[in-house]
Amino acid sequence: MSDQLSSLVTIFTEFYYWLTVVLMFFIHVGFCLYEVAASRHKNHLHTLMKNTMLIPLVTITFFFFGWWIYFAFPNGPGIIGGLVAAPHAVPWSDVMGAHMGGGADLENGWARINGVFWAAFLLFSWTAASIVSGSVIERITSGGFWILAVAIGSVFWIIDAAWGWHADGWMVQLLGYHDAYASGVIHAIAGGFALGVLVVLGPRIGKFAADGTPRNINPRNPWLAAIGLFMIYAGFWGFYVACNVPMWDVQAGDGVFYSATNIYLAPTTLSAITFNFLMSLAGGMLAGYWVSKGDAFWTYSSGLAGIIAASAGNDLYHPIQAMFIAIVGVIVMYKMHYWVERRFKVDDAVGAVAVHGYAGFFGVVVAGFMLWGYPSSPNPDYAAINPLGQFIGAVIMFGVLGFLPGWVIAKIIHACGFLRIPREVEIAGLDTAANAELEAEAQAVAAAERN
Amino acid sequence: MTTGDFANWAGAIADIGPIYPFVGMEVPLVIAGVIFWIAWHIRMIRQESGKLEEDKQKAAR
Repeated sequence: MSDQLSSLVTIFTEFYYWLTVVLMFFIHVGFCLYEVAASRHKNHLHTLMKNTMLIPLVTITFFFFGWWIYFAFPNGPGIIGGLVAAPHAVPWSDVMGAHMGGGADLENGWARINGVFWAAFLLFSWTAASIVSGSVIERITSGGFWILAVAIGSVFWIIDAAWGWHADGWMVQLLGYHDAYASGVIHAIAGGFALGVLVVLGPRIGKFAADGTPRNINPRNPWLAAIGLFMIYAGFWGFYVACNVPMWDVQAGDGVFYSATNIYLAPTTLSAITFNFLMSLAGGMLAGYWVSKGDAFWTYSSGLAGIIAASAGNDLYHPIQAMFIAIVGVIVMYKMHYWVERRFKVDDAVGAVAVHGYAGFFGVVVAGFMLWGYPSSPNPDYAAINPLGQFIGAVIMFGVLGFLPGWVIAKIIHACGFLRIPREVEIAGLDTAANAELEAEAQAVAAAERN
Repeated sequence: MTTGDFANWAGAIADIGPIYPFVGMEVPLVIAGVIFWIAWHIRMIRQESGKLEEDKQKAAR
């Protein structure tokens, strides 16, 4: 980096992604708070640690193979070509560490931004795994969940990113798939994966009456749930910004025009996504309050669902379009949640399948109609955005890479006998024995103090 | 003596590549890391299974 302008671009990009990582950390803090709030007192600590420990597990596995998958799998492999060489993303690459850029076979700038770009994707991985975490609380084993977390966080979501959230992914090339802020790429897949796990895992004891009527197991601490969901809103800003490339020459042919771009390297602006983020959040909250008759849990969650429903096209929509898409998406996901619960006896403890899965699926499909004929990519040879391509894309995200692997892996873990905790422990509570030990220790100290 | 690929910052910085120590040991480090990761899962699943069995006995009393 020997001239100021190229240095400025590189260091700005480095700082830009670093900042998104810090913001996205709030998503995980929010998920942890929210999950604990939704769990009963007898399960708080187990719930917290189950989610917390996905952080290190997904981090190291995303270093070992997740990052490589993103760059190696855009062709499938086997769908439109083979594996793509990704020397900068294999875990033994020298640019997967502190590097000044000298001697690398890559542009110097890549050696500088590899770590922050990796981390931005990693925080998406945490989010994908954390979405699943909330839905399965109070009856899954930690060990079983952590295997599932690695599968969704470091394997399946990043395969879908390589396919549909990459400038040269085969879904972009063939289907015209467009999912700028990850309605399908993060949310539908994680929701689908959670549903696959829930089908195998089964409901919590007491969730359904003998005649199949569902009972509400309401959040124990609504204030903590509110703080958690507000934190997820805050982190979602970082998520949106991380989906962009901050500075890129978007002018085809002669000339130069620098702009922010979406992940497909097509132009957008931070103003566009700021308008649409807030208007879809607002639409989601308004619809959630309306449809749930003022229920706090659903109103906050619907804010998220509203954003998720509009995210596929939030680089291009008008803000009022984003608002109305959010409103319809929230109504659909809310109705779907209760219909699936009653019909299939699925116990989704925090509504994650609905908020992320159904709203994400809806968002991908709607973008196919709203953006019909728009270029999916700056490459004019790639298919344009269209309803059929988006529908197929939504099915791939929710079903093929989400539900199916979740169901299969959960089945395998279940067959090995460590997916679900014993019935006696579930009734007593996962923290009950530990809490008794803590109480005994406190009593011993108190007794010593008195003597 | 240095464990890194460079001895000082006085030369051309643009020629400096990796700045972590023991450059060239990346593959063994990855292998060790992957073994640790898998061993961690196995150990934690065994530990949790034992703990759940213990808690089950306590709950049954």
